[in-house]
Formats: sequence, C-alpha cells, structure tokens
Amino acid sequence: MESQAFQKVYTKLTNITKATVTLKADGVGYDEIATVHGRLAQVVKIMGNDITLQIFEGTEGIPTNAEVSFLGRPPQLKVSDELAGRFFNAFGEPIDGGPEIQGEVRDIGSPSVNPVRRKQPSNLIATGIAGIDLNNSLVSGQKIPFFADPDQPYNQVMAMVALRAKTDKIILGGMGLTNDDYLYFKNVFDNAGALDRIISFVNTTENPPVERLLVPDMALTAAEYFAVDKNESVLVLLTDMTLFADALSIVSNRMDQIPSKDSMPGSLYSDLARIYEKAVQFPSGGSITIIAVTTLSGGDITHAIPDNTGYITEGQLFLRRDSEIGKVIVDPFRSLSRLKQLVVGKQTREDHPQVMNSAIRLYADAANARTKLENGFDLTDYDERTLKFAREYSDRLLAIDVNVDTDTMLDISWELFGKYFNKAEVAIRENLVKKYWKN
Amino acid sequence: MARENKTTGKVAGIVANLVIVEVDGPVGQNEICFITLKEERLMAEVIKVVGKHAYVQVFESTRGLKAGSLVEFQGHLLEVTLGPGILSRNYDGLQNDLDKMEGVFLKRGEYTDPLNREKLWPFKPLAKPGDTLAAGDWLAEVDENDMPHKIMVPFKLTGRYTLKSIVPEGVYTVDHKIAVITDSEGNDTELTMVQKWPVKLAIRAYKEKPRPFKLLETGVRCMDTLNPITEGGTGFIPGPFGTGKTVLQHAISKQAEADIVIIAACGERANEVVEVFTEFPELDDPRTGKKLIERTIIIANTSNMPVAAREASVYTAMTIAEYYRAMGLKVLLMADSTSRWAQALREMSNRLEELPGPDAFPMDLSAIISNFYSRAGFVYLNNGETGSITFIGTVSPAGGNLKEPVTESTRKAARCFYGLNQGRADSKRYPAIDPIDSYSKYLEYPEVQAYLEKNVSEKWLGDVLKAKDILLRGKEAMEQINILGDDGVPITFHERFWKSELIDFVILQQDAFDKIDSSSPMKRQQYMLAKVLEVADASFSFGHFEDVSSFFKTVINQFKQMNYSEFKSEGFERYENELDSIIKERLN
Ligand SMILES: Nc1ncnc2c1ncn2[C@@H]1O[C@H](COP(=O)(O)OP(=O)(O)O)[C@@H](O)[C@H]1O
Ligand SMILES: [Mg+2]
Repeated sequence: MESQAFQKVYTKLTNITKATVTLKADGVGYDEIATVHGRLAQVVKIMGNDITLQIFEGTEGIPTNAEVSFLGRPPQLKVSDELAGRFFNAFGEPIDGGPEIQGEVRDIGSPSVNPVRRKQPSNLIATGIAGIDLNNSLVSGQKIPFFADPDQPYNQVMAMVALRAKTDKIILGGMGLTNDDYLYFKNVFDNAGALDRIISFVNTTENPPVERLLVPDMALTAAEYFAVDKNESVLVLLTDMTLFADALSIVSNRMDQIPSKDSMPGSLYSDLARIYEKAVQFPSGGSITIIAVTTLSGGDITHAIPDNTGYITEGQLFLRRDSEIGKVIVDPFRSLSRLKQLVVGKQTREDHPQVMNSAIRLYADAANARTKLENGFDLTDYDERTLKFAREYSDRLLAIDVNVDTDTMLDISWELFGKYFNKAEVAIRENLVKKYWKN
Repeated sequence: MARENKTTGKVAGIVANLVIVEVDGPVGQNEICFITLKEERLMAEVIKVVGKHAYVQVFESTRGLKAGSLVEFQGHLLEVTLGPGILSRNYDGLQNDLDKMEGVFLKRGEYTDPLNREKLWPFKPLAKPGDTLAAGDWLAEVDENDMPHKIMVPFKLTGRYTLKSIVPEGVYTVDHKIAVITDSEGNDTELTMVQKWPVKLAIRAYKEKPRPFKLLETGVRCMDTLNPITEGGTGFIPGPFGTGKTVLQHAISKQAEADIVIIAACGERANEVVEVFTEFPELDDPRTGKKLIERTIIIANTSNMPVAAREASVYTAMTIAEYYRAMGLKVLLMADSTSRWAQALREMSNRLEELPGPDAFPMDLSAIISNFYSRAGFVYLNNGETGSITFIGTVSPAGGNLKEPVTESTRKAARCFYGLNQGRADSKRYPAIDPIDSYSKYLEYPEVQAYLEKNVSEKWLGDVLKAKDILLRGKEAMEQINILGDDGVPITFHERFWKSELIDFVILQQDAFDKIDSSSPMKRQQYMLAKVLEVADASFSFGHFEDVSSFFKTVINQFKQMNYSEFKSEGFERYENELDSIIKERLN
C-alpha cells in the first residue's frame, strides 16, 4: 500500500471497537482513507480533532500504539483499457497474478448523472429466455435484480444472460462469492471466449465481509470509464447484494446506529439507490446496465433488503422451482420489468403486449383452479383447461432452459391459446386475434 | 433574521451529511449557510442549535470536508425564487435549473439560477396608480406559455400599500423595476417581477379556504367514477413496489384537468423523470392543444441525489404550487414518493440521536405530514377569483404493510385513499386500486354531491353507490364460492360474482399504455357506467354455473373492445350492437 515520505504517522489510538478506531489528528478530510496497522480504513466521523476510522478488515489484534497514516484521498481506482480481462480484489488490486494497471486515477463513488443528461433507455436486450424476453423484457440502461432463494441457480442464469446479451464489456462485482462460484464465473467466461471483455472485482467468503462495501463502487467506476469515456455498452453483474447489505448492517450496528426494520440501517434505501442508480443510458451511446442478485430467505420479499431493492430497481426477476415440471422458472407473477413497455410491441411484434398479459391472466386462473383442487372442490371444464395450459406454458416458455427468439415465443403463446381456449376467454383486441389466432 | 453582520463559524464535527458548526454570533433555526471546501461552497440548513453549536444538514456530499472549515450564515431560510419562467423547467430539490448545469455529472456546490434573467416578457399592467394593495394582489400579467402569469405584490410584505407608479405595457426582463408602492408611512418600495419565499412556510395570500366541492377530472375511471378527487383536494396512493403508483401518477398528470402540473420526483428513479422529460414535450394537452410540457414543472430529486435536498424538494414543489394558485390557477401537485421524504427525515433524526418514534421515524412525523397536506386546498383570493392546489402523494410502505408510520400518518391527513393491492397487480388488473378498501371522503360532502348532481347527472351518485355495492357483494359471493365450492352455492352467487367482475374489467381496469383506453372523459365514463349497470340490473336465466362465467366472459370481452375503440365511433357502435344482442338472448 502506498506511503509518502512527508506523511505524518500517528501512533496513539484513544478508542477501539469491533469495527472502528479513534485517534486525535488534524487536517483530516471526511471519507478519506488511511492505513491502520497496515489495514485499509476510512474516516466515518470527525469530532473536533477526534477522528473515527472504519477498518474494513476489522480491528482484531490492533494495538493502541498501531501506526496510522492518512492518505489524503478517498478510495480510488486506476482506469484504462488495461482493466479488460483482469481480476481484482475489493480494493482494486490485481488478484490474477498480472501486473498493476497503468491508467488515470479516479475516486470511486463519484457524483450522480444529471437526470437531464440521461437518455430514455430504448434498446432491447434479448436473452432467449422467454420468462425474461416474453414477460419481462430487459432494456439496456436498466437495473434489475434476480430475487432467488440461496438454492436457486441464480449465478448460472446471470452468467447465461450476460453472455447472450450483446454488450461491449461485462463487469462482475462479486460480494461474498464462494470460491466455487468465483471459479465457475471464471470458467464460463473463459469457455465462451469472452474473458477479454470481462473485468471482475471479487470479494469471496474468505475475505472480511466489510471489504465488500467497496465492490459495487469499484465495479461502477470501471463501468463509467467504459460507458462515458469509451461510449461502450457495459453490463455490470452484482452478486450477492444481500451480502452487501448485511455488511452495511454490520458496520452500522458496530457504530451503535439505531437500526430500522430487520436490523438494517435507516439509510439502506439511499445506500442501495446510490449504487443502482448508476445504471444509465447516455445520449452518446454508452450505457450501464445492472443485473444483480438479491438472495431471499424462504422466498420472503417483505424483508428490508428485497423490499428496499424492489423500490429502487426497475423490476425484479423472481426465480422459483415449478414442482410440476421439475424445472426452475421465471415466476410471471412476482417478476416485473418496468422498462418493458419501452420496447414491447415497438421493437418486438405488435401483438407482444396483449399476448403477454393474456397468457399471464390465464396462468393466474390456473393458480386459482389449483387452489380449488387443493381445497377438494370439483374443477370446471375451464379450470381443467387452464391447468393444462399452465403446465405447457411453464414448460415451453417460463422454464429458464428455453432459448428461442421472441417471435417464436409469441407463436408458441398463440398456439397454446388456440389449443386450450376460445377467443372470448383469451380476450385480446380483435384485429390481433384476426391476424394471429391459430386453431 | 436579516442582520447587520453575517454570522460565521467553523466546522467542528462531521458525520455523513450532518455537520456541527461552532458559531460566533446569532443563528436561526432552519437558516441557510454555506460551508467552504476548497473552491466549493456547500449549502446547508440549520436543524438544531445547542449552545455555540449549530447542527446543519448539508445538501451535498461532505467528502473531503475538514474540521476548521469556514462557514457563512446567510440570514434567511431556504427560499425559492418566484417569477415568470418557471413553467417547463426542470429543477432539482433546491430549485437549481438542471439544464443550466454543465457536464454529464452533477457537480457539488454548483447552484444555478432558476429564472432566465435576459428573456423579455410581454407585460400588461392590471393595477393602476392610486390602487390600494396588499401581499398577493395582482399588479400585472405576463404571458408565460400562454398562461396569464400574474405579477403580485410580494408575499413577504405586510400591511397595505398604495401603488405609486407602474411601467406601461411593454416587454421587460424579470429584474426590471416595474412598480413602486408606498406604505402607510410614506416609504417607497421598488418591485421587480421576482420575489422570494421560504419554502417551509405556507403562502397565505388568500381570503378564504372553503371545503373543496368541484370534481377534478383525471380521466382515470376508478378515481373519477368510484372515488373522485376534488379541485383542491388531497389524496394518497400507498402500494408495495411495482403495483403501479408511478404509472398512475403519470397518467393523472397527463390527463387531469389542471392549468399547471407540478411533478415532484422525490427520492425515486431517475429514469422515471427521464420518461417525463422525453414524453411530455411530445404529448398534447387535450384541453389546450399545446404540448404537455408547457404546463408542467418538474422537481427532480431522485434517489441518488443528496438526501437532505430530498426533504427540501417537496417543500419547493408546494411553494411553487402556492405561487401559481395565488394567480387564480388550478394546480395539480404530485409527489412520488412521500415515504422517501419521511426516510430522509429519519436518517437525519437518527444522526442527531433524537429519541426515535415507531420504526425509528421522528416522533413528530405525523404532524409534519399533516402540516404539509394542509397547504393544498381550494381558495378564494382577495379579489374574489379562485385557485386550487390538488395534492396527490404516493406512499411506499415498507414490506407492503399499510400499518407502518408513513401510511398511517398520511391516512390522517389525506381525504382520498387509493390503496394499490398486490394481488390485483400480480394478476395485471391495472390500475391496481383496491375497489373495496379505497375511499374518497369527498363523496360524503353535501357540496360535492350537489356538484355531481348538477354537473354529471341527477342519478350519478346513486349509480356510483350501486356499483360499489355490486363490487362488495361480488366479493362476498366469491368468498362463499371459495368456501363451499362452485356447486355448493346457488347459481345466483355466481351471477353476483360475475356482475362484480364485469364492473372490475370494464370500469376499474384501464390500460395506461393504450392510446384510447388510457384516458376516459367524464361523458364516456358516465355512458359506460350506465351501460354496465344495465347489464347488472338485468336478470338472466342460466342452467348451470359454468354458463354464467362463459356468458359474462363474452360480455366483458365485448365491453373491452368498446373501451379500446374511439368513443361513439363506428367500431364502438358495432361492438355495442353485438353486445346488445348477446344480452338480449340471455334475458329472462
Ligand atoms: N395502469 C397500468 N396499465 C398497465 N401496466 C401498468 C399499469 N400500472 C402499472 N403497470 C405495470 O406495473 C409496473 C410498475 O408500475 P409502477 O407505477 O412503476 O409501480 P410503483 O411505482 O408502484 O413501484 C409498470 O412498469 C407497468 O409495467
Ligand atoms: Mg414508483
């Protein structure tokens, strides 16, 4: 870690907690970083000349006479085209054995884009997965998480989406990744021959959890370099944001802040929004799209982490195991892409919006029929048909192993409508029915 | 609070955007100050004073700020600048003109002028020398996007004045000295077209604030028909994420019968504001034929912008609304989301280590919210003209739980409740307003009832109540069917249920993204409700419960095709005729 000759070294800590140390020092800036006993730390509180520092690795073993030097700057990343293909830790230091990056030094956690300088997102990102493309189309410049229980294959789906999306760069921000998942990502990207357009910032379960707090800002600083300076389309993958939020709560609890719901800090919404709002479409063509993972506990989306996330992101993709077909599907009820209306029926076929809605409505009818069945009631003929429809719809369209183009997804939907229902039951605008109805 | 010598101070402590300043003189609660950080000046507001220490919330990031930095107090509260040229502007929460800022990224400490100082405005005097005037009285009129923008006696002035002189009709800049007024002691005051007002205080330049009584048409059926909001009324839209709060607010702001629409994007997504920037310049105002953006003002303090300015943004928006109301205009104010504002209060209150109330929100949350909602309303101005601010806020309840403090506090303050229901949103029944739980207190006001009787129709209120009753009975029937099974109940239960479905699909559900269906004028709403009730009133003969659903599905489909067609067009009438014969076949 850097040290400069003229820097003053302090050696007297007045206070040590699990996450922070306090000492007397002058001329220190807020948010500035420092090294304490060789560990990276950041200024979180100034009271007169009492400076409180948060130690990312934790304070275990730090003595009161530890050496402290202030670096006079916030956390930074060196950016240049050399970033491509490289792997870094949460501090932006290479972990792939390669050389240091040469490039321009940038502060991470930069200011927000002026909203009037944004462009409305309008480019469809096709993934081949019908649960996404048909019901929840993605648009470049969007921010959207997968909501999934920890046993769902969310990292696999995310990697698949990333590789199929046609973007210039993919930036992986891994937080609390298991070493296996880290190697999985490395392998998939390598096998796809995509490694040279991938940049990774990784904090694994072996690293101290609080270090994760730097990962999204590192990843997004790199993303802004490529999107703003190089006008590239950049896809940022953040997994797992639940572990990021857990790290936030660790810090705030250790600093004795009053927790709000689910022991999360009261600022959780702002903290997450600052990250997700980095997703943007620039008029010059560059864009940052964020696909994240928020793991749930027992499918509970009312927990503060998914709840605040849902209020910030532009929809969510909810993964669920459909026991009837034995596959993981993108749940059409709880999933949503808020930007889909910018592209469906515009960049896709005209019948897309109505087909999508009718199919989901019929799928909902099937869910009601299933409840009836479970409660021991007889099913009507319509109920029976919705159940058959739902099964086939789930298997041929919602399952994550589907890989077809959007027109085919629409054709399959019409085929199922014709097979199981009459026109009034499908209730689609007449001119579209005339054109697309299949018997 | 104006002082001879400016109070100054030095930064003594920093915790995120809370800064403690040691001061050398008097400071006022909510006074504005600037903190020097190298070349930048960071704006902040005093929120607490303890001895020599002023606690200030900084409207910017405090990164790099050091103890000992110089602070200058301004002697005034957070103010907005009022004058011609506010319409169509995009402001941040502190009324900085976002378009005037340079570069792609927001720069800390960059504050831009809300008004255009060079533009020449066509000016017409309304008052003449010798007239007696008080704060808020109209001096002159300038043409702002075809809207008669009144130049008023500044709201800050107290007492009575005589107009000494006023410039003749002509074109002037906003800073031109357009008039001189004299107070009772003979002191002259020169006036320009610009005045300032502190945002946290209500502008009270009106004679009287009666209960609202006029319907404000929004084009949204389940509001106008079932739970109407009034001109000068208040309403709120709580709902879990993704249930349609923003889409509903945008629909209302596009269609509502208002002269001025102010959208306060408070701590929500930047892309949603971009949608307004992008679409409103293209969309026509159905009443004037001009572009929607010309009657719109946007206050954008999105979730990634500084938290303290988020709180300011709703006040900035309300003050601008009050300014236009004082001109005798119908203003519609939308805030999305008031929960983000409450959260900003919570973040600060926690940093101040105040004793927390429920869910760690400040103890006085309820009072703050009520006080804010009370600034809306219909008023008679001093000259007898009327103006109004209709306010609709969204609430984002944590975990979708309506028992949380922001929802509960807002329920006490707002008169209309448009609760969005997760189940309805999941099954794409948009707008997902719960027809049973939602209400408009205005329907109970005799003056509103009289207005509806006179301006819609005599039997309107009766029809509306009947529709509500059918919805409720339909829900009860459905519950019975769920408990006893399809064939465990009489067929009439199925009929009752499907009649409520008919109202749901035809009146309640409305496609916000369909060109025709998205906006439904009152005349059309009246026609459709009458038509639907005709079916609901009819008695049909069914042999089996399955016939009920298949019959009503056909009827609903026919009605939906009507909703998608231009009102009274050939297609509309064709579907209607087909519908009539379908119904006739089934009649008893
Ligand atoms: N009236 C409507 N018609 C059609 N779709 C709607 C309607 N209201 C909401 N939606 C759908 O729901 C999504 C979320 O709505 P939004 O208003 O952004 O939710 P909220 O603000 O409550 O989080 C929209 O992107 C849209 O797809
Ligand atoms: Mg919203």
